Amino acid sequence: MDFNYDSEQNDLREAVAGLLGRAYSDSEQRRKVVASDPGFDEKTWFRLAEMGLLGLPFAEEHGGMGAGPIEVAIVAEEIGRVLAPEPFVEAVVLAGGLVAAVGTGAQRGEILAGIAAGTTLAAAALAEPGTRWSPAAAGVTATADGGAWRLTGVKEPVPNGARADVLVVSAVTGGGTALFVVRGDAEGLTRTGYRTHDGGRAAHVRFDGTPAELLGEGTGDRTPDVERTLAVARIAYGHEAVGAMDTALRTTAEYLKTRKQFGITLNKFQALTFRAADMYVSLELARSTALWASMVVDAGGDVVAAADRARLQTSRAGRHIGKEAIQLHGGIGMTAEYQVGHYTSRLTAIDHLLGDGDWALARLADGVGEYETVDPLGAPYTPA
Amino acid sequence: MRLQLSPEMEAFREEMRTFFTTEVPQQIRDTVAARRDLTKDQYVQTQRILNAAGLAVPHWPVEWGGKDWTPLQRHIWREEMQLAGVPEPLAFNASMIGPVLAAFGSLEQKERFLPATANLDIWWCQGFSEPDAGSDLAGLRTTAVRDGADWVVNGQKTWTTLGQYADWIFCLVRTDPTAEKKQRGISLLVFPMDSPGVTLRPIELIDGSHEVNEVFFEDVRVPAENLIGEENRGWDYAKFLLGNERVGIARIGYTKRLLAQAKAGAREVVVGGRPLAEDPRMAARIAELENELLALELTALRVVANSADGKPHPASSVLKLRGSELQQAATELIVDIAGPLSVASFAEEDSLVPDWARVATPEYLNYRKVSIYGGSNEVQRTIIAGTILGL
Repeated sequence: MDFNYDSEQNDLREAVAGLLGRAYSDSEQRRKVVASDPGFDEKTWFRLAEMGLLGLPFAEEHGGMGAGPIEVAIVAEEIGRVLAPEPFVEAVVLAGGLVAAVGTGAQRGEILAGIAAGTTLAAAALAEPGTRWSPAAAGVTATADGGAWRLTGVKEPVPNGARADVLVVSAVTGGGTALFVVRGDAEGLTRTGYRTHDGGRAAHVRFDGTPAELLGEGTGDRTPDVERTLAVARIAYGHEAVGAMDTALRTTAEYLKTRKQFGITLNKFQALTFRAADMYVSLELARSTALWASMVVDAGGDVVAAADRARLQTSRAGRHIGKEAIQLHGGIGMTAEYQVGHYTSRLTAIDHLLGDGDWALARLADGVGEYETVDPLGAPYTPA
Repeated sequence: MRLQLSPEMEAFREEMRTFFTTEVPQQIRDTVAARRDLTKDQYVQTQRILNAAGLAVPHWPVEWGGKDWTPLQRHIWREEMQLAGVPEPLAFNASMIGPVLAAFGSLEQKERFLPATANLDIWWCQGFSEPDAGSDLAGLRTTAVRDGADWVVNGQKTWTTLGQYADWIFCLVRTDPTAEKKQRGISLLVFPMDSPGVTLRPIELIDGSHEVNEVFFEDVRVPAENLIGEENRGWDYAKFLLGNERVGIARIGYTKRLLAQAKAGAREVVVGGRPLAEDPRMAARIAELENELLALELTALRVVANSADGKPHPASSVLKLRGSELQQAATELIVDIAGPLSVASFAEEDSLVPDWARVATPEYLNYRKVSIYGGSNEVQRTIIAGTILGL
């Protein structure tokens, strides 16, 4: 057991922090970037590609770096730390992850190489209006048309769905849920993009007999693959949230030290400093759990169970820290000009995109009677 | 970064597990599992079994019976002990005065006290808190005045845990009332509890137990050689001691067992024809607490993995704060599962109330202490805000 980053991982963190720190050294830069489409900076995206980060988890033969989940965690945390709007988790870990999980060799070769090079923006179209966080499709159906497939139905909200070059879409087939690739310029594809509260972009995506390419071989049910990839993305979001929480707390502590009321700085008020201390407790517990979940991915353990645990802890912590960060700032925390409220907004989005804390808790509660105690170093989190 | 224990550590964990579950008498482990009070003899018997196997004081220097283990090994040792229901070596001996003597005592003092302390031949108690010196320990007023070859001690200590069993007391006393800072005029003395002038008075607690005492000193004569370390440096030794006290105070293995008992209890209690365990709200409450405990355990493992150089990891302050909250939450959960059975604390032999429900409320009440002792949780928050967040 070793909870330490190695020197290469520390170097990676420094490099990513350097790049993103230059791009978003003050909150004005981010506000400018998110004000116009596509909601992130294409130049920064390309620099991330040049550094190899957009192919980080993919095999080297597919243009990737063949790195592990800890490296992915480091990048996600640094994204969260400066609230970079570049969709690393959404495009690389989730959409790319689905292609890596089920794509044929040729599909992986083409799509993953494009993602890694920064020339293909991929988006996962999984969510459907009226349902939530299901790995199975219900509202989009796929029908075979000769040797080809056509999709019909609606996906929404699809993060970066309007800008995406490639959509990875879950759809109902006779065999259950299958995954399909839809090109951005496909006929019968209608995409209506909009801003999300956290400065990002999402879209209403309608398929009207839209030509689609089956991802992988055969139409066997892909629900378990989607579930597993979603779990990996949830863990990566956990790290992005930890990075964001870290900055929200740091910013709050700085503010308490400098803001004066009643003739003294706010850090003289124990009612405030104790609450900041509780934020630190939440942050460290969330950090430990997210890190552990990534280590479970690395070890080949039960990723879905670990992700539920990390999701619950990071969700609770994100809400606690996000809300307290605004309250301890007071009115300034409410303003768009000041950065801390944007962290709260982003933490709220992360909380709801792939499953929130109560949702994870319900899943954990279902199985709580089946074992006596949790051993984080044993089964099912490490392989037998 | 790697999740699995190395094969050596797996073997070490197995070795600990086997030892604790086979070498410590079942009756003692059953008493702990039932959350009943141990007798003095049971504490002594256990510690001597551990000490004979070199497992009572592994964190001491090797020359005095320590093991030179890594922080991870110590963590595994402690967790396996708690999971197996083995009473831990007496904290006053193993975690408090022992390490202070080993670090600051004279060679003569070490030879005189350390082997007997490890083997619980001497039962130590702690003379720190006073009626007017709780969290503000440095405000203590018990005095020691030099008179020839002796110190003469006058004053009062309180919250002296298990003082009724103690042979010796380690005691913070004010030796320089004129010192500019109140921390500077304090010294550490040790003396037998049966010294003339020492009086012990039990304090009954809200759960009906007698585990703490007041101790009064009236002209108690303590030979000068019983001063530990240097005169007026006692505050440094106290801080060293309290730092050790916080190690292992999270008691994760213990809370794990409480949650396992909560699950078992929730299967026994039937509500509307179905086990309480199947109630989704109860299942969610258990699952959430269990996940919070997991997060704490992982934080403890992170701290353990990062404290090899002897300096405490900043996150270690989280362990006491959160560890005590989760111990309390688990005891509260069991009371809630017991429901009306939880009032039958002192039921007699023929009662149908199961034992776990009888002990539930006294323990819940008793465990209000864990967020107060070892530096109250408010003190922990002050430490986090001050030393970590710079507030």
